[in-house]
Amino acid sequence: MQKLLLYISIALLLFILFQEKVIASPEEPYHKEEHTDHHEEKGFNPGTFIFEHIQDGYGWHVFTYKGHHYSVPLPVILYSRNQGLVTFWSSKLGHGHSYKNFEIAHDGQHKNKIIEVNDQGEFLERPFDISITKNVVAIWFSCALLILIFISVAKTYKRREGLPPKGIQSLLEPLILFIRDDIAKNSIGEHSYEKYTPFLLTIFFFILLNNLLGLVPILPGGANVTGNITVTMALALATFFTTNLTGNKNYWKHIFNSPGVPWWLKLPVPLIPFIELMGVIIKPFVLMIRLFANISAGHIIVLGFFSLIFIFGSMDAKLGYAVSPVSIAFTIFMTMLELLVAFIQAYVFTILSAIYFGMASESDH
Amino acid sequence: MEIIKPDLGLLIWMLISFGVVLYVLIKFAWRPILAALKYRERSIQKSLEAARQAKEEMAKIEFGNEKITQLAKIERENLLKEAKELKNNIIEEAKETAKNEAKKIIEEARQSVEHEKNLVINEIKNQIATLSVDIAERILKQNLGDESTQKKLIDDLVKEIDLN
Repeated sequence: MQKLLLYISIALLLFILFQEKVIASPEEPYHKEEHTDHHEEKGFNPGTFIFEHIQDGYGWHVFTYKGHHYSVPLPVILYSRNQGLVTFWSSKLGHGHSYKNFEIAHDGQHKNKIIEVNDQGEFLERPFDISITKNVVAIWFSCALLILIFISVAKTYKRREGLPPKGIQSLLEPLILFIRDDIAKNSIGEHSYEKYTPFLLTIFFFILLNNLLGLVPILPGGANVTGNITVTMALALATFFTTNLTGNKNYWKHIFNSPGVPWWLKLPVPLIPFIELMGVIIKPFVLMIRLFANISAGHIIVLGFFSLIFIFGSMDAKLGYAVSPVSIAFTIFMTMLELLVAFIQAYVFTILSAIYFGMASESDH
Repeated sequence: MEIIKPDLGLLIWMLISFGVVLYVLIKFAWRPILAALKYRERSIQKSLEAARQAKEEMAKIEFGNEKITQLAKIERENLLKEAKELKNNIIEEAKETAKNEAKKIIEEARQSVEHEKNLVINEIKNQIATLSVDIAERILKQNLGDESTQKKLIDDLVKEIDLN
């Protein structure tokens, strides 16, 4: 446990060091004024504010002080047809600057993504982009945390074989048992639940940890990982492939030749097989949308309440102060609700996956 | 609308990261944890089973003990009963013997009394005979004068008779 804390503090320290680098970077003050002016002209735009927070980004924005954005630069990795593999720090692209003909699109199809432009500033292409974005870092952080926590717990289990749980082990054991007994065993059945339990445990803790980290407003939390459709897509794909690659004969028979359905619904026009096949795709699709929408919506509402302060503040400073207690009260309430949603969504994703696995591994009866 | 557009780069990183986490956790965390949980559950079940068996065994032993005690109790009761019977028998016998003895003694006593009585009666008979003879002799010896003298004589004679 102490080791774990040590690792976390080292990680935080590294992040802070990176921050220092940005603050100390010489190009920043030069753009500062220009940017400040830009901001004052525009005023506060809650939509932009909210979407900036829930979206992935090339750098990790920490805070803004006097119109100066302080963010942790992250590596940008691009592969374009013209220049080949290009890597640089995201701070090079800050505030609408272009670097090596790459810039962040302000609008159009690739809004907020890096595009390649020619010397006249015309759009060339969207390069193949595997940058280490904010979400990637957040994913890595949570993955590292998961591995550290559970390997240390596994060690405790090995050390204290046959003994009652202790420490962090006793915190996690009820959850592990809950997933094994109430989710896996109940939904999949006695015969093959053991095959799927490790997967279910992994997605449950991955989603839960990222949901919770998403609620932490400061680095290394605050990235909207499970509210990002790409992440939920990857999770849903994992469930999809696990379901269909482990599906037994019975599962496929149910899809293509459902028993108990009149033959004329299957034979000339394969209506039922078509619907069943749609279901195979829709199931993970719904998993993807549900997790993404729930987590994003929560974040949007919390940020919306915060925005109220600035919306009223931009009308009159006093009004902004007057609204803030209400806003904060609502935000606290929403955060509490989000805490609940963090558990519920992790649970729902896991139990639905378990139900799909149960369908895939159901034996003939 | 870009928030609902999946990003290929992030998807690649996510799939790689999730894959690695899945592999590492399954291999180094879930397998040992689930195995340990199973082991513990089994050992608890075994212990419970063993405890139950021990309890049953104990109950059996206790039942045996009880049976033995009960048997001993019955034995004791029987012994007591027998002893009592024996005692009663002995007393009865003794009583019988004593009664018989007493009867015998009484019989003997009566016989001896009868004998004595017969002897005494014989003695008395003899004496009366002697006395009668004596009286007659005396009467004969005396002159039988008047009637009053005769009567007085008889009275005197009778007075003289000492039955002892």
